[in-house]
Amino acid sequence: MTRITVTVDGDTYTDDVEPRTLLVQYLRENLGKVGTVIGCDTSNCGACTVHLDGRSVKSCNVLAVQADGHEVTTIEGLATDGQLHPMQKAFHENHALQCGYCTPGMIMQAIDILKDHPDPSEQQIREGLEGNLCRCTGYHNIVKAVAAAAKAPGAELASSKVGE
Amino acid sequence: MTVSPDALVEIAEESPQADLTEPSGAGPEIGNRRLRKEDQRLITGRTKWTDNIVLPGMLHLAMVRSPFAHAKITSIDTSGAQGLPNVVAVFTAADFPDGMGACANAWPITPEQVTPDHLPMIGERVACAGEIVAVVVARSAKEARDAAEQVDVDYEELPAVFDAMEAMKDEILAHPDKGTNKSAFWKLDSKEAGTGGDVDEAIAKARQDGVVIEREFRQQRLIPAFMEPRSTVVDPTGEQVTMWSATQIPHILRFLIAATTGMPESKVRVIAPDVGGGFGGKLQTTPEEFITLAVARRLGKPCKYTETRSESLISGHHGRDQYQKLTLAAEKDGTVTGLKVDLVANLGAYVAIVGGGVPVLGAWMFNSIYKFPAYQFNCQTVLTNTTWVDAYRGAGRPEATFGIERIMDELAAELGRDPLEVREQNWIKHEEFPFTSVAGMTYDSGNYEAATARAKELFGYDALRAEQAERRERKDPVQLGIGVSTFTEMCGLAPSRVLGSLAYGAGGWEHASIRMLPTGKVEVITGTSPHGQGHETAWSQIVADRLGVPFEDVEVLHGDTAVAYKGLDTYGSRSLVVGAEAVVRAADKVIEKAKGFAAHMLEASEDDLEFVGGRYGVKGTDKGVGLTDIALATFASHDYPEHLEPGIDADATFDPDNFSFPHGTHLCAMEVDTETGQSRMRSYVCVDDIGHIINPLIVEGQIHGGLVQGIAQALWEEAIFDENGTLVTGSFVDYTLPTAADTISFVTENTISPSTTNTLGAKGVGEAGTIASTPAVVNAIVDALRPMGIDDIVMPCTPQRVWKAIQTAGDHSGDVAAQAQPHFDEGAANADPGVTGEGNGQ
Amino acid sequence: MIPTAFDYVAPESVADALAALADSDDAKVLAGGQSLLPILRMRLNAPDKVVDLGRIAELRGVREDGDAIVIGAMTSYVDLLADPLVAEHAALLKAAIETVADPQIRRRGTIGGALVHADPAGDVGAPVLALDGELVITGSAGERTVAAADFFEDLFTTAVGEDELLTAVRIPKHTGWGAAYEKFVRVAHQWSIVAVAATVRMEGDTIAEARVGLTNMGSTPLRATATEEALAGKQASAEAIAEACAKAADGTNPPSDLNGDGDYRKHLATVFTRRAVLAAAD
Repeated sequence: MTRITVTVDGDTYTDDVEPRTLLVQYLRENLGKVGTVIGCDTSNCGACTVHLDGRSVKSCNVLAVQADGHEVTTIEGLATDGQLHPMQKAFHENHALQCGYCTPGMIMQAIDILKDHPDPSEQQIREGLEGNLCRCTGYHNIVKAVAAAAKAPGAELASSKVGE
Repeated sequence: MTVSPDALVEIAEESPQADLTEPSGAGPEIGNRRLRKEDQRLITGRTKWTDNIVLPGMLHLAMVRSPFAHAKITSIDTSGAQGLPNVVAVFTAADFPDGMGACANAWPITPEQVTPDHLPMIGERVACAGEIVAVVVARSAKEARDAAEQVDVDYEELPAVFDAMEAMKDEILAHPDKGTNKSAFWKLDSKEAGTGGDVDEAIAKARQDGVVIEREFRQQRLIPAFMEPRSTVVDPTGEQVTMWSATQIPHILRFLIAATTGMPESKVRVIAPDVGGGFGGKLQTTPEEFITLAVARRLGKPCKYTETRSESLISGHHGRDQYQKLTLAAEKDGTVTGLKVDLVANLGAYVAIVGGGVPVLGAWMFNSIYKFPAYQFNCQTVLTNTTWVDAYRGAGRPEATFGIERIMDELAAELGRDPLEVREQNWIKHEEFPFTSVAGMTYDSGNYEAATARAKELFGYDALRAEQAERRERKDPVQLGIGVSTFTEMCGLAPSRVLGSLAYGAGGWEHASIRMLPTGKVEVITGTSPHGQGHETAWSQIVADRLGVPFEDVEVLHGDTAVAYKGLDTYGSRSLVVGAEAVVRAADKVIEKAKGFAAHMLEASEDDLEFVGGRYGVKGTDKGVGLTDIALATFASHDYPEHLEPGIDADATFDPDNFSFPHGTHLCAMEVDTETGQSRMRSYVCVDDIGHIINPLIVEGQIHGGLVQGIAQALWEEAIFDENGTLVTGSFVDYTLPTAADTISFVTENTISPSTTNTLGAKGVGEAGTIASTPAVVNAIVDALRPMGIDDIVMPCTPQRVWKAIQTAGDHSGDVAAQAQPHFDEGAANADPGVTGEGNGQ
Repeated sequence: MIPTAFDYVAPESVADALAALADSDDAKVLAGGQSLLPILRMRLNAPDKVVDLGRIAELRGVREDGDAIVIGAMTSYVDLLADPLVAEHAALLKAAIETVADPQIRRRGTIGGALVHADPAGDVGAPVLALDGELVITGSAGERTVAAADFFEDLFTTAVGEDELLTAVRIPKHTGWGAAYEKFVRVAHQWSIVAVAATVRMEGDTIAEARVGLTNMGSTPLRATATEEALAGKQASAEAIAEACAKAADGTNPPSDLNGDGDYRKHLATVFTRRAVLAAAD
């Protein structure tokens, strides 16, 4: 067991974990942050995407011990004071989700895209999402939602509140 | 370059829906682009996925699976796993001498069908890779997995057969005890059925003075690949058992648990919480569900099993996998005179819940939108040592649509004519509806001319044809192809009497109830079980209009057999046309029941009442009482007529008397790089006629997602086994799902020919995109290459296949990719006479 | 799926990391982890110890060293993409890294991790080889430098010994060279089916020098030497380039798999070499 201290969605946690524990498993099993989900075992699907120190990573591809001393933001930490993050709002308003399983990872990655491309082209959005699989939407409305979020008031909030 | 949302609203508003909303006079909610009620929990990570469920004392399961496709189990040594830290138990089939239930086949397509028993855990002989031979139970999932690796299983490998054509030879048997790989043979002949002429005569005549087109097509094997891996939690509390499962079919699962384990159905509660996609892949009762149930009952503790993606890809059922041979007879002017279809369908190792029936659904669909005078459909299903095969989005209809739409293009090419023109020459004209097809289906409505005209306009058909000619002229290394697909499908599974005549094991009705809560809120309970389709939103819109209550006041409950106590679940684009129609009828019963109370409360005669805007009023006065006030009055029940019961809740079961028949015209432009064989989509336009639209936003989403799944069949996806029966596309590294970077934005629109089989006038949309898009894409690629002498590319149309076809096209040796596939006649040499009857052999 | 159990150490210096490696028979080095963790999760490898280099600050960053730039082995892809020295002196490396996997993986993945993993379909080997990179390997006996041509030994096998670490990548400056990385995949998240890394030094309309590296055309990254030689001193015309690039697959022995057989890959190598050289010379 290794002792780690991680800040997740603004709260600081200290736990003893087995070194083999993946960050996503730590989030789900130790912290009950089940909003972040697992969709594959090869790091292709991106469903588990979270922000580590403010930028997107696949939490199935990071050991919990590697997050020691770092800050994590999950889908559960995006809304502030009951207000949805502009990207969450854009996904809702553009019908960018159906079953919703890929959605947490998609939203986290979509926010990351806007950090590099505040006014992204369709191609930049599509390439920015190439590590996230969706089986329901055909991506059409997801791409629309990201473009809409970039233009939404408060889009500059599109960076997560930690890190940077 | 999508159609503006406003345009779609206009289209929806133009539709004659007044009659639908008239009873309440409120709304209309129907036709609105309502944002989904489901979204809040999904975008904030507060969703209840099965794998999120944690119960006190819950144990975790890990499965030990066979790496071999066909093998005898000679010994299982579990001692290495027993006694490891926190391992609670290790079980094999021998520990359950009375069995643990069975995966049932609900649709034997013939009385003689060969149907191997499909037990959840195998003790003697595995028939495909991934079958479960032992289960480890531990206090954590990782400890269960660690221990599972210490279970030592010895196998004696047996000869195995994987390909359907090989299996037809019966040289190697998937199940030696059955004596044959052939499961069932099913035939529909228009002459015998009295629905049309003699197809062999039509073909013979065409050979003399017309045109005969013969083609073999391959529907490759696909994997549904829903994003949420399957998961099951079972909580046994005394005699009562609650199962949460990532399933499309909680009601059917409950019934089959009772039917195959002997548990009283009343002691079993099945809950499908939020379910992350299905596409047919979760339309199954699975070994994993039965094992989790049996282990939880044995140990008396809650148990959870969640599959990994690798387990999902090998053990969840696959889709498609059939060989098709089509023979099309036509006059020289392009009028089709007959179609003969021979299919060999790979069922995998077992006949899944509707596995045998899926290819048979093609019987009514190969003739599609056309007026063929003679038709014959022959289908042979075969068993192999591969993962079981069952419904995948479209289920039977994509296969048929692909076959007919590919060969219609080939007919047009043979005649040197525009493919849309040849289609129009043969399709049912809008004034000819209702039309009884040569397969015996009565199409109630449609307008193929309207959808096609609009699609051509949106696509810029003529301009693209001009560009194509120009690129051909200058021998551009990037050639342009235009693909056409005009399709119809049968949706709304299904009229129960029809199912009965086909020996299907259940009905096709759907159930709904409406509870009028005393505070004015409305609960709608539906027997459908959505997993991304947005029923909570769409059903709310329908009920809001019908009952004249605010959209926000309607709550839709589903997926829990203790709440939605009756239902047949969600698949086959049935939910709206069957399930929501039941909701409509329940709402109408509420209104009817409320009338007596209204008359009593208003001291008026029932004859003087009218229901408008959620309120019973006395005609010609301003006196009235709202439905929600009546609900409150019946809650108190202090004063009500003696002949009435105190309550206006109602339920309804709707059984359709016909299918619905969505249709549409899809046009696709593909750029093919002839140097590399890479195909890139340039534009895609579809105009779908799905009848009245409840929520255009949801409809567009269904179309977009369906399109990409169909396009993925054409371009990217294939489940491939190696010569040992190992699934080489066993992870997302090799089973290549497309990403946002591989796809484009689509142009989607609708025309509206209302269905007459339900009062909503709706037809169903869940599968339309998938059914139509695959042939549109392949037709486009073939169209790009046709001047080189290429007339087919086997799916998926990989760059290598396209490139090799180009390399060999010059010497007219045909399509090398096709040659690499087993041929129909070779493989089918020992088939039923019906499969290789005369007319083959060219 | 979860990896098998292992011990974990996160040393803060190269010396401590080497000591930790020497202390175990079956340790794995964790760099960015973007290839290692899937392997451990699928239980294709079960080390008894994982040595995480993530806390060794000295292994990160890019610096100038005379006529070369020196890249710390633990420098992430995103840091390389943002680095002005890489952009100025090793444009080819930047072009290749832009295509690696996906944004999340580029965030965590490191150049050193990828080079030592030595997947022949990986995208950094070919540009490092084409740029005549040198690999700095550190062991208990000190540093040694290996040319890229000698670094890649076979599939997933490099010159880095059991108890050694790749600590830096030294790239001779190719300032002002045109560069292009042409990557061929069926879907965006795939490994390269074939990719070509080409960089050229132009003198007017003439290709003075050309370097071409091939991805996934054999068990290691390869140089298209015949093409390089044929390009040198040629006018950058479409015809001349096409002629030279027709030799791109000479001497290669590409794999056959689900995405293509060897013949097809050889053909693709010639097409993409031509396209890459044309783009680089543009």
